[in-house]
Amino acid sequence: MRGVFLLGLSPRVAAALGLFVAVMLALPFFVNDYIVSVLVVVLFAAYFGQSWNIVTGFAGQLSLGHALYVGLGAYTSAALFVHFGLPPWLGMPAGMAVAAVAGSLIAALSFRFRVGGVYFALLTIAFAEFIRILFGHFKWVGATEGLFLPVANLAHQDLLRLRGSPRMFYYFLLALTLGALGLSHLLLNRRIGYYWQAIREDEEAAQALGINVFRCKVLAMALSAALTALGGGFLAFYDNNLYPDTVFAIGRSVEIITAPIIGGLGTLFGPILGAFLLTTLGEAMTSLTSGVEIDGLKQWLYGAALLAIVALQPAGIWPWLRRLIGLEPRR
Amino acid sequence: MLYLNIIVAGLLTGLVYGLMALGLSVIFGVIRVVNFAHGEMMVVAMYATYLASTVTGLDPLLMLVPVTVLLFLLGYALQRLLINRYIARPDHEQFLLLLALATVITASLLMGFGPDARNVQLDYAYDSYQIGGLLLDKVRVIAAAGATLGAAALWAFFRFTRTGKAIRACADNQIGAQVVGLDVKRLYAITFGLGAACVGAAGALMLLLVDVEPYIATDYTLLAFIIVILGGLGSMPGALLGGVLVGVSEALSGFVIEPSFKSAFSFALLILVLLVRPQGLLGRA
Amino acid sequence: MKHHMTRRDFGLGAAATGALLTGTGLGRSARAATKPIKIGSLLPRSGYEALIGQGCQRSVDLAKKMLPEMGYAIEVVDADTESKPEVARTQAEKLIREGVEILVGAFDSGQTFAIAQVAEQNGIPFVINIGSDPAITEQGYKFVFRNFPTSVMLGEHGLARFNDLFKATSTTPKTAVLMIVNDTFGQTMLKGINMLMPKANLPFHIVETISYDPQAKDLSIEVAKAKAAKADIHMAVTRLNDAILMVREMVKQKYEPMGIISPGSPGMYQTQFMKVLGKYADYAITNIPWLDPKQSFAHTFEAAWNKAYPDDICTLDAGFTFEGFLIIGDAYKRAGSTKPQALVEALKATNIKDRIMIGGPITFDAKGQNVNLPSGVLQILKGKPTVVLPAENAEAKPVFPVPSWSARS
Repeated sequence: MRGVFLLGLSPRVAAALGLFVAVMLALPFFVNDYIVSVLVVVLFAAYFGQSWNIVTGFAGQLSLGHALYVGLGAYTSAALFVHFGLPPWLGMPAGMAVAAVAGSLIAALSFRFRVGGVYFALLTIAFAEFIRILFGHFKWVGATEGLFLPVANLAHQDLLRLRGSPRMFYYFLLALTLGALGLSHLLLNRRIGYYWQAIREDEEAAQALGINVFRCKVLAMALSAALTALGGGFLAFYDNNLYPDTVFAIGRSVEIITAPIIGGLGTLFGPILGAFLLTTLGEAMTSLTSGVEIDGLKQWLYGAALLAIVALQPAGIWPWLRRLIGLEPRR
Repeated sequence: MLYLNIIVAGLLTGLVYGLMALGLSVIFGVIRVVNFAHGEMMVVAMYATYLASTVTGLDPLLMLVPVTVLLFLLGYALQRLLINRYIARPDHEQFLLLLALATVITASLLMGFGPDARNVQLDYAYDSYQIGGLLLDKVRVIAAAGATLGAAALWAFFRFTRTGKAIRACADNQIGAQVVGLDVKRLYAITFGLGAACVGAAGALMLLLVDVEPYIATDYTLLAFIIVILGGLGSMPGALLGGVLVGVSEALSGFVIEPSFKSAFSFALLILVLLVRPQGLLGRA
Repeated sequence: MKHHMTRRDFGLGAAATGALLTGTGLGRSARAATKPIKIGSLLPRSGYEALIGQGCQRSVDLAKKMLPEMGYAIEVVDADTESKPEVARTQAEKLIREGVEILVGAFDSGQTFAIAQVAEQNGIPFVINIGSDPAITEQGYKFVFRNFPTSVMLGEHGLARFNDLFKATSTTPKTAVLMIVNDTFGQTMLKGINMLMPKANLPFHIVETISYDPQAKDLSIEVAKAKAAKADIHMAVTRLNDAILMVREMVKQKYEPMGIISPGSPGMYQTQFMKVLGKYADYAITNIPWLDPKQSFAHTFEAAWNKAYPDDICTLDAGFTFEGFLIIGDAYKRAGSTKPQALVEALKATNIKDRIMIGGPITFDAKGQNVNLPSGVLQILKGKPTVVLPAENAEAKPVFPVPSWSARS
């Protein structure tokens, strides 16, 4: 039996999804600004994780340098705004285009030269680091001095120029996250999604079946990069200050991929769940250790918790939780 | 003369880098796991050396052997107890496992030693040899010599000992090795131990050159990656060649172009090599 | 007057502080009467800036003890930014939700920026202890106050001291080489230096600028390059670890300029610098705001510091962090209320004469910036950072040109 209403979701899944959306929409009305600011962090992590999930989770190409696309998206939209007053709604698509070109280039170069697996992963780090240092010398965007967006009086929300409170950003990011969820669902149920999964499972077999592996992989990277850059644009207008060393940091690339792996790589809801779990875990550790005067204890507990998760549920929490609450995908 | 000085300085530093990267290369070459906690392991070795030589008041060079042994045991245990379960798992799971391990190591060091940079005071720390116009930094010469010896010892082990040959057989054909009755699990643990021992020796030597603090690890992990990919993942001479290449090219580009750009130069070199010769300069296709 | 307070004198000094402050009108009201103001303190206590963050934290711990004894009713809630701007932001929000009435922090410019935005959005005053990015006070913020020089001010005031040094030692160097760290701090300062050099009327010009990677683990090439420039003086804008690497290489490469002078950067006065380099740390010069040896409160503070942390040198980080809390305690006392607007008005009217650092009284301009933050010339003498200029604040005479590396014992 197969539920067929609402994008081919089963009634149970549709109900769960509806509940999730309703809770997320209502949440800011019931919690304080601190919780909202934490939720913004969660949603950024969820959205970036979903974007990354496309190239690594669906198409099976491990990218460890996604901070590059965050940075390109952030810097493009911010620089266009600062230098030419271009509103972010035009700047962000420009950033997406830049990131898509960069992503395709990196992917095309690598895959053309048959760089795969771990080598590809390390190549993505190399590119991200190379561009980070480049931006540190790029005077037009402030180099290491940083690029600053004028901080307006934030009493009112300026939707056109994306100036406003964390609550405003919360709703934008929620929309992005849900959009990415829908898009991922759609893609997985289209031909390209099946191709990607075939490549992930066995590249040679996919090739033998006549799939244009090269084009599929480049497409996955370009799309993933563009979506990541869109989030980067929002990040620029949320943070209002950009330094190459923080925007392009390796640490950011690592954070981007931690949530989806913990949540369940290649699954639709894994990145979102992972983001919630990790951020909550981090905040809980902070509260837990706030009375103790040992600096570093929080990071230790966080690392230990990660170890425990990898040890107990190496495939991620969502596949396990999904079984537990009876939301198994039916085929 | 100035250029010669710079090239020699780069060469000497590069050899120590090479020994560190050698550990990564050995582990990947046999077990096919990329050790993302590599830098952290070296930092552990640096702290161990620091601790041992401050407590005993002896020269850190004398700690080289005990620290190398200690890291071997740590590596052996780590592979046996933890990493072995993940050998057949996908790359991203191994990545997360080692990342979590790295986080725990760094946090432990921060809690144990605090954030201060630590170093050992040596009588000869500031000495240098003068040969004509060539100025050689004494500790760098010692460290480079140590690194070369370490690499030679490792090479001899793989070449001449039974276990070494068995490990090479295992790297070439894992299933075949199992078929002829080799204890692959044990060999893997020894290999990881050897990789860790390389980092251990490199860490003890590195302490002569730099001060240690908990957060320097990531930079070294990255550096080790660059080096082994340049030389060829899994190739022993490749790791040394990569180290020297990075050392010299950073030195030269820092001098000729702009110092703040020198690490970009190694990344550019890496990208170039990966695209032209993905298996690395001395790697097997 | 030359009065050094030893650790033994401290008990006496602390007892005297109360009396002294009452005398100068600072400690007027009784402490029991007022409810303490709840201060949220944000510092990078873990992550890559942990060393400096934990150093500042020591000063916070001293403030918790000393300020109430001085009649300032304060209560402090600590938070760790983990050296990350996004954590700084959520922690600032969290502190505000926990009822904090004013914020102080955060050493690093990126984190300080993040906190400033939260403070503005919530209408909670924010006092910056340390954070030098000039852009922070150029945003038109209404709730942000900074008692620390911008990197441009640091460069400007630092350059201004070069001529004092040359005059005091009757020297006229003709050339300089500048080694500068390529991070936010270094590059904003470089901009200031390039802008101000022509106007500063200095006898020397910069023959070469060498900008290097802040993560450098090896500065041998950079120093070789500097040596090859054959300049009279070696100017350096550094952080801590690179300052150590730099001097070590200078010794090894037998590079002997007339002296190493920083126009105003951290590194060459920090405990670790002296501890690691020993005799080679001596004579390094940094033009920077420092504890004023001629202020009695500076002595009281330094004595308390030395008693609590005998292994660490009391630096400007400690001084400015403590002043941040002093400013808040003082503003609250005058405002008599924790209402943000009342606190902001009181902060604007700040005028603290008995302070720790060199310079006139602490006041804020319309942008919330203290402009009374001149630099002194600080030189390491016998392993201790010593103010050598201006003469009215000095504890010793500057040594310049400095003795060669091999002549030190």
